[in-house]
This record gives sequence, structure tokens and C-alpha cells, in this order.
Amino acid sequence: MFLIMSKRRLNDAVTMMEIEAPLIARKARAGQFIIFRLDEFGERVPLTIADSDAGRGSVTIIFQAVGKATQLLSQKEAGDFILDFVGPLGKPSDLEGYKHACVIGGGVGNAIAYPSAKELHNNGAIVDIIAGFRSKDIVILEDEMKAVCDHLYITTDDGTYGEKGFVTDKLKSLIEVGNNYDLVIAIGPVPMMKFVSKVTEQYHIKTLVSLNPIMIDGTGMCGGCRVKVGGQTRFACVDGPEFDGHEVDFDELMLRNAFYKDQEKVEYEAACRIGRGPAKATRKE
Amino acid sequence: MAINTSLKKVPMPAQDPLIRNHNFKEVTTGYTPEMAVEEARRCLNCKTKPCVAGCPVNVHIPEFIHLITEEKFEEAFQKITETNSLPAVCGRVCPQESQCESRCVRGKKGEAVAIGRLERFVADWHREHAAQSPPKAAANGHKVAIIGSGPSGLSCAADLAKLGYAVTIFEAFHTGGGVLVYGIPEFRLPKAIVSDEINNLRAMGVNLQTDMVIGRILSVDELLEDLNFDAVYIGSGAGLPSFMGIEGEDLIGVYSANEYLTRSNLMKAYDMEYATPIRKSRAVAVIGGGNVAMDAARTAKRLGAEKVAVVYRRSFAEMPARKEEVEHAQEEQIEFLNLENPVRIIGDERGQVKAMEVIKMKLGEPDSSGRRRPVAIPGSNYELNVDTVIVAIGTTPNPLLKKTTEGLETDRWGCIYTKDNGATSREGVFAGGDAVTGAATVILAMGAGKTAAASIDKYVRHKHPELRQAEP
Ligand SMILES: Cc1cc2nc3c(=O)[nH]c(=O)nc-3n(C[C@H](O)[C@H](O)[C@H](O)COP(=O)(O)OP(=O)(O)OC[C@H]3O[C@@H](n4cnc5c(N)ncnc54)[C@H](O)[C@@H]3O)c2cc1C
Ligand SMILES: Cc1cc2nc3c(=O)[nH]c(=O)nc-3n(C[C@H](O)[C@H](O)[C@H](O)COP(=O)(O)OP(=O)(O)OC[C@H]3O[C@@H](n4cnc5c(N)ncnc54)[C@H](O)[C@@H]3O)c2cc1C
Ligand code: SF4
Ligand code: SF4
Ligand code: FES
Repeated sequence: MFLIMSKRRLNDAVTMMEIEAPLIARKARAGQFIIFRLDEFGERVPLTIADSDAGRGSVTIIFQAVGKATQLLSQKEAGDFILDFVGPLGKPSDLEGYKHACVIGGGVGNAIAYPSAKELHNNGAIVDIIAGFRSKDIVILEDEMKAVCDHLYITTDDGTYGEKGFVTDKLKSLIEVGNNYDLVIAIGPVPMMKFVSKVTEQYHIKTLVSLNPIMIDGTGMCGGCRVKVGGQTRFACVDGPEFDGHEVDFDELMLRNAFYKDQEKVEYEAACRIGRGPAKATRKE
Repeated sequence: MAINTSLKKVPMPAQDPLIRNHNFKEVTTGYTPEMAVEEARRCLNCKTKPCVAGCPVNVHIPEFIHLITEEKFEEAFQKITETNSLPAVCGRVCPQESQCESRCVRGKKGEAVAIGRLERFVADWHREHAAQSPPKAAANGHKVAIIGSGPSGLSCAADLAKLGYAVTIFEAFHTGGGVLVYGIPEFRLPKAIVSDEINNLRAMGVNLQTDMVIGRILSVDELLEDLNFDAVYIGSGAGLPSFMGIEGEDLIGVYSANEYLTRSNLMKAYDMEYATPIRKSRAVAVIGGGNVAMDAARTAKRLGAEKVAVVYRRSFAEMPARKEEVEHAQEEQIEFLNLENPVRIIGDERGQVKAMEVIKMKLGEPDSSGRRRPVAIPGSNYELNVDTVIVAIGTTPNPLLKKTTEGLETDRWGCIYTKDNGATSREGVFAGGDAVTGAATVILAMGAGKTAAASIDKYVRHKHPELRQAEP
């Protein structure tokens, strides 16, 4: 059983929680994730380690309520318990030796990108962050991101906050005005990662993306998380979740993530009925 | 007591095939005490005990069977557990036909004594009647860490706990039991049996910590150095699934057997109370011919598929699955497409499986394994109309522990190298079960756990002379 130490709602659909998990906190590195299972009947769901504090013995997760499991978790409060919390899983990102990085987040993907930006910043790189959101009311982590970068650019699709437009537009213009990035990290909806990778390919900038296939064990025993990278099948939970964006087959990932779409819609609606009513689905896909 | 001269085993009561292929309840329901006594009377109590030599853990077979004839079921249980700590499991899943029963003299003319069924009967009788927890041994002040809670980890833990060690099992999954809970289905091995065994271990003082992926949260070195375990036993199994590398394997509707069975068994997708999604299939092809393929096929049928076919590139004679499982599958209307091999999987415009192209095979010359090698018959390809493909062509050990433990040697398949006593290339680190042998059997994994427990005890005693003095 794992204690929820604190909880903060970042917007209508996105929640931040601090979980008591001292052993995981000791080891957690940027790029890694945990798998939680809320109760005996729940699914095993992967979430990125957004932050960790070895001193407090805590691991921070930031998640969007998109389906049954995340919906039910968002209804828990500080003081409640989560049955299972396994980690740290996946390969830590190797963020040493970069001079000027551009970290791009899309929606809740900003939460996943944040620890990488923080580590790059701590390693002495110049860090620009482009944080894309659909609209003003879902902007998250603005202060946290500001604290770990040199420039924060916020874009919204509808222009209600920051600059109007897509993150790819902003990236292009930053490159055009002469920013000499030696690393781009893109984390967010699959189409966003795909288009960012297309842009950086033209400029030959190394690009890392964090993939989010469906997972069960997270230790390499089911193969459910397989993705195609550079024409080869890789298991995202052990070989990733970060991969070279220029090599990933994003279209296949999008198809595979729809594996249970029809069944999950039913589960999600049921969870909303027993819960606090449907959270606005803010997923951009 | 007079010998029962019947040439056949007392039949095992079972659910009707066409009813059981729609539920997850156990297929066979077990002997009654009367049936058990009747079958036990078929044993000749041979002086030379050929059957015992066929059992990897040398269960005292004639002795326990004799006790059954006297209706001393609890004593029979104690006799079995002198060498086998999981009889309710082994009685159900051991390949008896190639082990103990293959050596039985009654098998020369007629059927062998039903050693497995009797073992199961005795274990079930004990569970129902004498369910008092096993005693806790006096502590000897030393600690052993066990990685993995499959049969090899469990039996190693049991033996060490009996010797007074403080044993902690670290399990990556949220439930203990290894393949016994995530692989072998409920209808062959009820999960209540596995959890009873684990509760017995707990009563003996064993500490099972779930959600602990060793190599990530703690390394083997940290267990030895920071947490002061005297020794580590690696029983992490062979859980990494192989794929065929053919076109279409990443389509929606293609599963590894591990994923399919884990969703169904461990995550209980068949139970509406659980949130686990699993594909609602109409027609399923399962590729492979082992126990895993049989389990996946029979699970698919129970989950509602109209048609389930096992596609295997050799013939029944070479099939590695237990004979009983193949027969049960056939009774349950699983089709067998033997001497056929997949060529590619075909998807529709939404990336969903709609068919699989297969090619017919014939058997050629024997290969290095001694089995006749299948060769494709050119031009015999055809399309099988399926919406789900389950790949059950084998597994290898997970590389995580090798990668994170310096100096731990493995062979080129990733199997951990050990000496006969279970010692690895690292001092204080022992290993056994599928992690060492590659995918094998429950009883071999248990045997390896026992061997390692004895070696670990010897190793710790050697390092701590004060323990040697206290030796009984
Ligand atoms: C390594 C990793 C790290 C992740 N980190 C985070 C994180 O920090 N914060 C966060 O909010 N989410 C994260 N995710 C995504 C999260 O795990 C999924 O959204 C999860 O499926 C939600 O579970 P659910 O039961 O609530 O929804 P489900 O019922 O599983 O799914 C709801 C909807 O999302 C779709 N879906 C299912 N799985 C995924 C997926 N993996 N990605 C995209 N869509 C999916 C379904 O088809 C369905 O339409 C991560 C995923 C991975 C693999
Ligand atoms: C579907 C199926 C059907 C089978 N049917 C039969 C049968 O009928 N008869 C028979 O005799 N055999 C059968 N087998 C084979 C048998 O189950 C195995 O040989 C046996 O379970 C091996 O035991 P083990 O203890 O070595 O490993 P496992 O049972 O595989 O257990 C290993 C455990 O270690 C855990 N683990 C792995 N890595 C780590 C880590 N880094 N940290 C912590 N924990 C870790 C795993 O989660 C797992 O729980 C079957 C196997 C399968 C898959
Ligand atoms: S443990 Fe297995 S092989 Fe040994 S006697 Fe029992 S059923 Fe036979
Ligand atoms: S070989 Fe058969 S008949 Fe002889 S003791 Fe063993 S089980 Fe009994
Ligand atoms: S989640 Fe099962 S292998 Fe990656």
C-alpha cells in the first residue's frame, strides 16, 4: 500500500500527486516511470516520474484523467492509499554533455518533459522550453518549468494564452533565428511528436521522444509495449520509453494504442457515472 | 490388502468438455477418497522403486501410495512433503507421463499407476482437513534474499525457512507465484491453491515483497552489501517472449502468449469485475505446440472465440505439450493444424488482423534435437481467416538481472550459468529454475530451488563457524 502524501489539481483534467515510495525515490531518474494499480480490480497503468525527493521519500506523478484507471485515481485524496506502485521502470535518459536543448511538451506531456528539462538545466545546458496547450484554461506547471529553463515559450492552439499556433511553428522559428540546438526532446500526443521529429530531421538535430504504448508488466515479459524503431521491434518498457524520434514508426504506434478503444470507452463512461462526472477529455488526438 | 489388477487407471472425474470450454472452473474435479484407495491398490509397492527415479525430487512414491491404501491421508501428505513442498501443484501440472509414471512397472502392461492424481488427492485432502499452518523454525540469525516467487523461488524459500533463515522474496509482479499465477490458467491450476501455498510460507516466517523489480529498485549488490543479506537466490524465470519476426506481427490482434495469459490469469480479464481489457475474438490462431500454446488456445475458447486453431509446424508425435493437455484441448473443440507454419499476418485498413497466411510443411531429416525437421512445401500457402493471433513459440530469461549485476555470467541465450550446486559466477549468488535452464517444468524449477537452498545453507555455515557448531 502506498500513501498519497499530497494532491493538487493542475487543471480540470490533470492532477499532481506525491506518493510515499522511499525506495523508488532513491533511484528515480529523469525518463523513468512507475506502474500503478489502484486496487485489486484495477488495470496496471504507466505514469512518468515527474519528480522525486529522496529526502521526503516521495515520488511525484502528474496525470490526465483519460480513462477508467486515471479517472478513479484522480478521485483519491491525500491520506488515501494506492495498492501497487512499481518502479522505477524504463531506461533513464542520458542527458549529459548537451549545450543547448529545446524541450517541447504537448498538454499533459509537459509533465513528462519537465524532469528532463530540469536535469538538462542541472547539467549546465541552456534549456528552452516550448510548452503547447490547446487553450489557456489547461496550462499547467508554468512556474515549475520557468524555474528550470532559460526561455519558456507557451503556445496555445486558440491563441488564448502565450503565442497562437502549434509547437512545431515555434520550434521552426527558433531554429530559423539561429538557435543552435544540439538536442530536441518532444513529449506529448503522438502526432505532435511525429511532426516535431519531421521538423528536426530537416535540420539534422538529434531528437528524443518518449513513447506511451499500452503496457502491462513494464519489465519486458509481455511484449505488449512493442514499438517499431529503425525497422526493429523494441519493447518500450525496457528499451525505452525514450527513442530516437527520427527512427520511430509513429503511425504504427497510433494504431496500436487504439487496441482497446471500443472497450475502454464503455469502462470510462461507467467510471464517470460512479465518480464525479465526466472530466472534460482534453486529449488532443 | 489385495492388489487392484485393473489395467486402467481409475478415471478422473472431469467437467463435460462442451460445458467447461465456456467456464474457468477446474477441468478435472479430483478423486474421491474411495477412488484414491482403489487406485492406490494398483501399486505393487516395488522394492526397486523405479518410479522414484523418474521423479526429479524423488518423492517417496510407493510409501505414500501405501499410506493411501490404509486411508492414512495426512500421513501420506507428510511423506510426500518430505521431498516436495508443492504437491497440490505438481500433482496437477507435472508431465507425469514422461517422469514418475513413465517408469512405473504397471505401465508395461496397461496403464501406469496414477501417481500424479494420487499426489493431488492427498494434497487436496490435506488442504481441506488438516489446514493448520506449518510451524515456524527457530531463527538462526541469517538472511537470504530470493528474487522471483515462481516455483523455484518458493521451494528455495520453504527449505531455507525450515532451517531458520530469515527469508525475503522480492517479486516484480503485484502477486506471488510466477508462472503458476500469470501463465498456467485457473482451469488447470486454481489460484486459491497457489495463494494457500504462499500463505503457508508466510506462516513459516517468509516475507514476500511484491512490486519489487530487482535490478531497478534494488540491485543484487545492494541486497548483499547494503541490506546485509548473506546470500541471494535468483529464480527469475524465463519470461521474455520470442516473436517470429514475420510481417504483420505488430498488427492489432497479435499477442504474445505471455500477454494474453497474463491479461486473462493474473489480471482476470475473464471476470467482469476486473477492468482488464482483452480482445473479443471470433477466430483465433495460436502458434506453437507446447503447454503454453494449449493454455492460450483453451483460454481463447473460454473467452468466447467461436473457432480456435493451434498452428504447429510438426506433428502430434513431436508436440512438446503434455499429452493430457492436448487431449483436453481436442475434447474442447480446439482444432489442430499440424505441419503448418505461418508466413505472414494480414491486416485491414485499421491495422486489425483479418487473416494469416500459412504454408504446409512435411517432416524431413532429424535435426540436432533429434526431432524430424519440418520443411515447407512450396506453393501450399493458403489464408486462414482469423482476427486474433497468439504467438507461443517460446521465451528466454529476462536480461535485466544480467545487465545490472556485474560478473553474473550467462550463456548466449541469456541463461544464467551455474555449477551443479546452483552457485553462479558471483560469490554468494545462487540461481535456478527457468532462469538457468530456459523454459522447462515446475518440478525441475522446484528441484533447483531445493538444491540451491542446501548449497546456500552450506555456504553460510562455511562463512559462519558459530553456526556450524550449532549444527544438529
Ligand atoms: C511510459 C509511459 C509514461 C506515461 N506517463 C504518463 C504521465 O505521466 N501522465 C499521463 O497522464 N499519462 C501518462 N501515460 C499515459 C497513460 O499511461 C495512459 O493514458 C493510460 O492508459 C491511462 O489509463 P486509463 O485506464 O485511465 O485509460 P485507458 O482506459 O487505458 O485509456 C483511455 C484512452 O486512452 C487511450 N490510451 C490507452 N493507453 C494509452 C497510452 N498509453 N497512450 C495514449 N493513449 C492511450 C485508449 O485507447 C483510450 O482511448 C504514460 C504512458 C506510458 C507508456
Ligand atoms: C502457460 C504456461 C504453462 C505451463 N505449463 C506447465 C505444465 O503444465 N507443467 C509444468 O511442469 N510446467 C509448465 N510450465 C512451465 C513452468 O511453469 C515453468 O517451468 C516454471 O514456472 C519455472 O519456474 P521458475 O520459478 O523458474 O520461474 P517463474 O515461474 O517464471 O517465476 C519467476 C518469477 O520471477 C519474477 N521476476 C522476474 N524477474 C524479476 C526481477 N528482476 N525482480 C523480481 N522478480 C522478478 C517473475 O515476475 C516471476 O514471478 C508452463 C509455463 C507456462 C508459461
Ligand atoms: S512431483 Fe511430479 S514427477 Fe514427482 S512424483 Fe509427483 S507428479 Fe511425479
Ligand atoms: S513403479 Fe508403479 S507399481 Fe511400482 S512402486 Fe512405483 S508406482 Fe507402485
Ligand atoms: S509492458 Fe510488457 S513487455 Fe513492456
